[in-house]
Amino acid sequence: MSAVNEAPAGAATVGQRPTAAAKKDRPPIWQRSAFYRYGFLIVILLLWEILGPLVNPIFFSYPSKIAVAFVNLTLSGELIYYLLQSLQVLFYGLSFAIVIGIPLAVLMARVKPVDWALELPVNALYATPMVALVPILVLWFGIYMTAKIIVVFLFAVFPILINTYQGVRECDKNLLEVARSFRSSEWQTWKEVLLPFAVPYIAAGIRLAIGRGLVGMVIAEFYTTISGLGYMITRYANIFEMDKTFVPVILLMFLGVTLTALLKRLERRIAPWSRADT
Amino acid sequence: MSMTTETASAGFAARPGSSLERIRVRRLAKNFGALEVFRDVNFDLGEREIVTIVGPSGCGKTTLLRCIDGLLPVDEGEIWCGREQITEPIAGVAMVFQHFGLFPWKTVYDNVAYGLRMAGVSAAELAERVPQFIKLVGLGGFEHAYPWQMSGGMQQRCGLARALAIEPSVLLMDEPFAAVDAQTREILQFELLRIWETRPTSMIFVTHSIEEAVLMGDRVFVLKGRPSNIAKVVDIDLPRPRSRETLRAARFTELRELVWSTLMKEAREAEFHLER
Repeated sequence: MSAVNEAPAGAATVGQRPTAAAKKDRPPIWQRSAFYRYGFLIVILLLWEILGPLVNPIFFSYPSKIAVAFVNLTLSGELIYYLLQSLQVLFYGLSFAIVIGIPLAVLMARVKPVDWALELPVNALYATPMVALVPILVLWFGIYMTAKIIVVFLFAVFPILINTYQGVRECDKNLLEVARSFRSSEWQTWKEVLLPFAVPYIAAGIRLAIGRGLVGMVIAEFYTTISGLGYMITRYANIFEMDKTFVPVILLMFLGVTLTALLKRLERRIAPWSRADT
Repeated sequence: MSMTTETASAGFAARPGSSLERIRVRRLAKNFGALEVFRDVNFDLGEREIVTIVGPSGCGKTTLLRCIDGLLPVDEGEIWCGREQITEPIAGVAMVFQHFGLFPWKTVYDNVAYGLRMAGVSAAELAERVPQFIKLVGLGGFEHAYPWQMSGGMQQRCGLARALAIEPSVLLMDEPFAAVDAQTREILQFELLRIWETRPTSMIFVTHSIEEAVLMGDRVFVLKGRPSNIAKVVDIDLPRPRSRETLRAARFTELRELVWSTLMKEAREAEFHLER
């Protein structure tokens, strides 16, 4: 966060960060993070491939067999069909969590009575294992899309709410004073100061929300109508086709990792001033 | 500039003969809980006048300035800017902060435009006025730079441009050069004097540097005591425009020593003071 004094402050270099310079002398391969990151993954997959076939196929499967199942399920269109159903639920659930969570958090952080009123319910709901609520929600909202979206929403909204709240509360008091000195209205202060300041916190909240949202999504699919990757998992597990059971599981892992990485990228682009994490 | 003692209530409707006051402060007092920061502060700031305020650390210089900007409520007394009583930040007064106070997510252009945008100035007018002030402070070509890319000196130039851009009738400077290194500080002092010559704005300049206070000011106020008030007013009769020459004038040294001796005793007391 410190001012970059040493950078050549020419107009031409302004706007881009010095990344190219670091490329020249890279450390040897055994000192690079990628070596361990991907190396370990490959070791796991190899071990799994070698040891997996030794287990009764009713209980377990192994990478090459899963890959074949993946291709088959993709070609038949089944995987895409269920994936799209899941993504739809995830998309709506997360969107509502963002659209409701962020303004509510700023309101709580800025308006004391709202904070006093909502602090306990929010903390209580955040501490509640959401899984416990799923059967009740199904009872209330049925077994179709609505219920699933609500489940994802409830899983996802609290990390966003709590992180945004934290970000707004920790907003630089000096900057708030500047905003006041230049006669910003409360709404202008939200837009120009509080929300931009909280962007890194909000992004961290959304990252957590994606993880929890995926959990909510699968659980909702276990409990409700025949749809989504969650349903695929239960169905193939019930008929002991382990290779096909693993396909959606691995796809979910992939989904979680990809979405989180995408968000990190986006975060660095829209909040270049926060260089907190690498 | 007379230090009149007429009451503020009488001064509102008619202020005979002194229509050139920009700021008038009357019987001002401020407490933080049980701690009395300053008491019975009275002064007028004239048109195009630069008043500098020095005092030992903790004497309430910055607090006084924040009261005048309307950022802090006062406990007693009144502050007037023309016909407007200051209880909240007003349009005619702008502040330059010690900590720069630039928004890290905004470019130089957007930071400088901030005050104008809050005042509801249209985008077309911004495009005309903002670059003008960026050039004035010597940041031309850096419109799209972000604060974290700039040195402290550049950041404070940007802070100065933001305050000047709203064309305030009074500029409040809260130890504006305290956070930059010594060389940059000197450069910025003369930059500010140069800018002031091109557009002379009334200014209250808080500093802990006696040299800076004498170099900048038409009058130096020495704030001291607990609670503090204006213990001494030193008229600085150095000719303008002031430059590096000014620093070498015998009169400059004389005035600096005068302010120094006034401050000295109090500074020792402030240093050897235990918080209760």
